[in-house]
Amino acid sequence: MAEPVLEARGLRKVYGDHVAVDGVDLALAPGGSLGIVGESGSGKTTVARMIVGLTRPTAGTIAVCGRDRSQPARGTAERRRRAREVQIVFQNPYASLDPRRSPADALDEVLRLHTDAGADERRARIAELGELVGLDERMLRARPRALSGGQRQRVAIARALAAQPRVIVLDEAVAALDVSIQAQILNLLADVRARIGVAYVFISHDLAVVRQIADETLVMQRGRVVERGPTEQVLDDPRDPYTRLLRASVPGPGWRPVRRGAPTTGGAT
Amino acid sequence: MSADAVVRTARSRRARLAAGDVVAWICGGIIALAVLVAILGPLLAPHDPNAADLNDQFVGPVAGHPLGFDAQGRDLLSRLLAGARTSMLGPTAVVVLAMAAGVLAAVTAAWRGGWVDAALGTVMDVLFSFPGILLAILASAVFGPSLWAAVIALSIAYTPYVARVLRSAAVRERAQEYIAAAEVQGASAVAICARHLVPNVAPLIVAQATLLFGYAMVDLAAISFLGLGVQPPQADWGVMVSTGKAGVLQGYPAESLAAGLCIVVVVVAVNLLGERLGERRR
Repeated sequence: MAEPVLEARGLRKVYGDHVAVDGVDLALAPGGSLGIVGESGSGKTTVARMIVGLTRPTAGTIAVCGRDRSQPARGTAERRRRAREVQIVFQNPYASLDPRRSPADALDEVLRLHTDAGADERRARIAELGELVGLDERMLRARPRALSGGQRQRVAIARALAAQPRVIVLDEAVAALDVSIQAQILNLLADVRARIGVAYVFISHDLAVVRQIADETLVMQRGRVVERGPTEQVLDDPRDPYTRLLRASVPGPGWRPVRRGAPTTGGAT
Repeated sequence: MSADAVVRTARSRRARLAAGDVVAWICGGIIALAVLVAILGPLLAPHDPNAADLNDQFVGPVAGHPLGFDAQGRDLLSRLLAGARTSMLGPTAVVVLAMAAGVLAAVTAAWRGGWVDAALGTVMDVLFSFPGILLAILASAVFGPSLWAAVIALSIAYTPYVARVLRSAAVRERAQEYIAAAEVQGASAVAICARHLVPNVAPLIVAQATLLFGYAMVDLAAISFLGLGVQPPQADWGVMVSTGKAGVLQGYPAESLAAGLCIVVVVVAVNLLGERLGERRR
């Protein structure tokens, strides 16, 4: 792999005496796409929050573009530089936009934070970002409450892209959307990656979604990585019993639920 | 309830507030009138509010003096109009000071969390244990009785009420993902609070401020009644309730009643309006 744009080693997070994340290593190539799958409580969101700097790791290192970010940023310049390296899109499209501000306002705020562009230039850039994620002028001027979940998630993606980061962390970014809207957003994400070469860390509990978007996949269970590899291989030919269980939990033709602890090959007896 | 229905309810609620809510408009009108009188009071007063003439002691309404005279023969209407200024200014100052301190404490506690939140909570709990009137008595003992001593004492006493209510709202808002998104964008804590957090709890701040105004007005009147706030002979509604009490015993309640009525009307108007502004948020 080329010099990784994002690299984490021995990432660990402890809350009280609960170990949320335990010794996670990961690496992401420039323009790559890494899926992290696992059930609720497996620690995947904590990994996401540590990568973007919202949660401080108990131990381990995180480097983006070769620069360490395991410690909180010192000073405004450092904080903004980190913002131009990694951005995040959250799960809940209804909470991730300020209800009082239009998408254009939200984008403008980011542009003012990260560029010296004048008002006209910013306006042009906002229209360009809107075009990139499929939002027209009217939607850009609307209040968030007038937008649908899918439209809001487009705004959140545009906002993440506005700072021109190298990596975007998508934390269950399509989980709250209808299946048809999910497909639209996944296509959008694939297009954006093809057009501007941003790398994704795509966190999800949904194996079908991860299959569509991720080149490589990590499987997490109780804070540990239990399996990793190219997505196809991990999902089609899982080595780890937990991955097999996850796979066996996906409903399909002739599907019968499997109990944890029961043999997981070939479904329940 | 679907998102659509929520939007519709919110819209109809706003429409009612904008056009149909008669009570809100009446309250707003009363408050506007009181503010106007507070600003222009001394100019509107038909007579010198402090000109005493003992010949007119307790004389009832006569031509040119529609409310009659007080115990010292001063024109009551003029005193009411002139008294509006301190009666309105005092509570306004309390609201501004207590809201500023309360918002700052609430936002700081919500933003930092952890030990900062706990420490601020403890300070607020300590302040809670001093009744406002007691603090005002202490303040007037230390600084001498004046409106400003009472204002500062009440501002301190009210801060924990404001801080407590707003803290829980600010904590809720702080946990929203748009705040985390702004942090990841590299915005400073102060900028995020000023641009996102405070504006999103603003309806609650406004509702709190109006309720506080009512409380402050009553408490300041009580403090002036006790002789620890505005000092006679200056006209003030609280002072007038106090000085009028001699008249009440002699069968001339006009001064106390008129001043008390002014206080009650303004306080009720402010509280009703505050309640409506608070409802709008929900």
